[in-house]
Amino acid sequence: MSKKLAKSLLLTSCMATLSLGGLSQSVVADDDTYFEFSGFVAADLRVFPNDAIQTGQEDQTLNSSIVLQPEMLYEWNDGDDRIEFNPFARLDSHDDERSHWDIRELNYLHINDGWDVVVGADKVFWGVTESRHLVDIINQTDAVEDVDGEDKLGQPMINLGVQQDWGNINAFVLPYFRERTFAGVDGRLRGSLVVDTDQAVYESSREEKHVDYALRYSHVVGDWDLGAAYFRGTSRDPRLVAGTDGSGNTVLIPHYDLIDRASIDVQATIEEWLWKLEAIYENADNYDSFAAMTAGFEYSFFGAIDDVGDIGILLEYHYDGRNDLAPATMFDDDIFVGTRLTLNDEDDTSFLGGVIYDPSSKATSFSVEAETRLSDFWSIELEGRMYQNIGKEELLYSSRDDDHIQLRLTRYF
Amino acid sequence: MKSFKKLGFSFAALGLLALASPLLSSTAIAQTDEEKGLEIATEWDKRDHGFGDSQATMQMVLVNRHGEESKREMRQKVLEVPGLDIGDKSLTIFDKPRDVKGTAFLSFAKILDPDDQWLYLPALKRVKRISSKNKSGPFVGSEFAFEDLSANELKKYTYKYLRDEKCGDLECFVVEQYPTYENSGYTKTIVWYDKDEYRQQKTEFYDRKKTLLKTLVYSDFKQYLGKHWRAHKMDMENHQTGKKTHLVFTEFEFQTGLKDGDFNKNSLKRAR
Repeated sequence: MSKKLAKSLLLTSCMATLSLGGLSQSVVADDDTYFEFSGFVAADLRVFPNDAIQTGQEDQTLNSSIVLQPEMLYEWNDGDDRIEFNPFARLDSHDDERSHWDIRELNYLHINDGWDVVVGADKVFWGVTESRHLVDIINQTDAVEDVDGEDKLGQPMINLGVQQDWGNINAFVLPYFRERTFAGVDGRLRGSLVVDTDQAVYESSREEKHVDYALRYSHVVGDWDLGAAYFRGTSRDPRLVAGTDGSGNTVLIPHYDLIDRASIDVQATIEEWLWKLEAIYENADNYDSFAAMTAGFEYSFFGAIDDVGDIGILLEYHYDGRNDLAPATMFDDDIFVGTRLTLNDEDDTSFLGGVIYDPSSKATSFSVEAETRLSDFWSIELEGRMYQNIGKEELLYSSRDDDHIQLRLTRYF
Repeated sequence: MKSFKKLGFSFAALGLLALASPLLSSTAIAQTDEEKGLEIATEWDKRDHGFGDSQATMQMVLVNRHGEESKREMRQKVLEVPGLDIGDKSLTIFDKPRDVKGTAFLSFAKILDPDDQWLYLPALKRVKRISSKNKSGPFVGSEFAFEDLSANELKKYTYKYLRDEKCGDLECFVVEQYPTYENSGYTKTIVWYDKDEYRQQKTEFYDRKKTLLKTLVYSDFKQYLGKHWRAHKMDMENHQTGKKTHLVFTEFEFQTGLKDGDFNKNSLKRAR
């Protein structure tokens, strides 16, 4: 499908959705089956107050984009069999790479007594910490969406889960690899060189068809939520290596290595305290093995705001032992300090602000997120990112002038 | 001699009482208000034993002091866990407003220890264990606190019978209850139990300063499985803020075959 056609289709469907309003449908076909259509359309307005500093980049003082994510669910056998389909599309006013679509979910789920299985594209989250999702590996990051790494591409999989008194086991077969998305030449929040995703290099001769495996055990013991996992396959994090594109421009080429990774994640929930730990050990042929961890806590002052709202204090420490040959990370030796305000009002107003600070380089990045509900169908969200003291040796150096604020207006249907 | 006389009189009174009210045991005459309060609550608790599991759709209307309304819609599944020393398991799934659709809340009620609670956030597909220390905090911005909606277990309170009183068309026992669990927002509650079926008809909540905070009125009772009474309407009024929350239950179903396996972290992720 040509990009132009895709764009006009997306715009038309967004308009249609907005004008139709309460489009949401749930139809009970008979006693046993159920169909539901829902989702959201959102308008994002991003403001970049500083001029672009990379060659080819557009300033995008005002960047607008539109997002559409319908969600379709069909159930039968009283919900024990389900098919879910959640496509996603974004249309960006400046960056052609950020205008993209994806199938976030298209899968069949069967639930049985003590086991379940998912076949198809799905999203799986592992982990407990807030400022870095270290152990979360099943899905590739949709990095053009946001810098927080929480947007993910749909991952094709077979996921067999077994639930027993002694814990839960999930076995994953991942038959197709998804490449990370990167901003295009016009886009903000990119490196000094453009990443040429068309030239991606794989360690495996089967390239993106290499079959990856993962196994996860999780269990709850009293106040403790425990998880341990093993992953063997293509790393979701690419190394970016300088090269040239067809017209002779210097570009970065993503290299995807084969890795083995073991991980644990632990949370102890004791009174107002949430104690958290995530740790990995990774082994690859193309760089030295390393360990990394994130550890910290969240403490809540319940009822601190007018007896009703809560104030949370978050502290997380990041250590990463990888050397320069491994895929780069900004979390080599950093501290995250944050606060969460939850008003517990009728509009579910919340605020999360934090700063990630590198004590050795003094590099600092701030982030704020605030959201509230406007009505039963509308909500509004504000996001801000700011960078300070970002030196040449930092991963964020090329984004040092990409401070931005984003306002998102969402219409649910 | 004096004491003998008194004793004789007591015997006579006991005989009379026993005749008048065969339900009362011979110890009733020595029963304290605390014992009578506990007896009423025990009867209330006993009459709901054996419901097994239940499912219901809940509609919540939040009304602020200006009369503006906002609505919530959710479904709740409850699994009875037998035994006096452990609470029930419950799963709440949100349908409306749309921005929280699919959010699900799993709770294992305890008697004196904090409950175990998890929250499922569908946008990230993330299950978060959350602190349940916040018993007095509002549930989804409503006038119901978490502790008002979590399983009512006998051992969560100590009791004191106050008086008999008319409650609507019925006669009620009025019982004062003191929370035994930590972090309650209340110093006491006063509960009206009707004498016919031992249903809670009304509750008054007194805050940490011992002043009246809220009143909850139960109505529209229906009986299920020939035994279990459920109020289909619960109206909470906060006297200090003027805010109200109306909670309406529809489509109550009992013994639907829910199992322990339907109430864990894994089932929370696929809750519908």
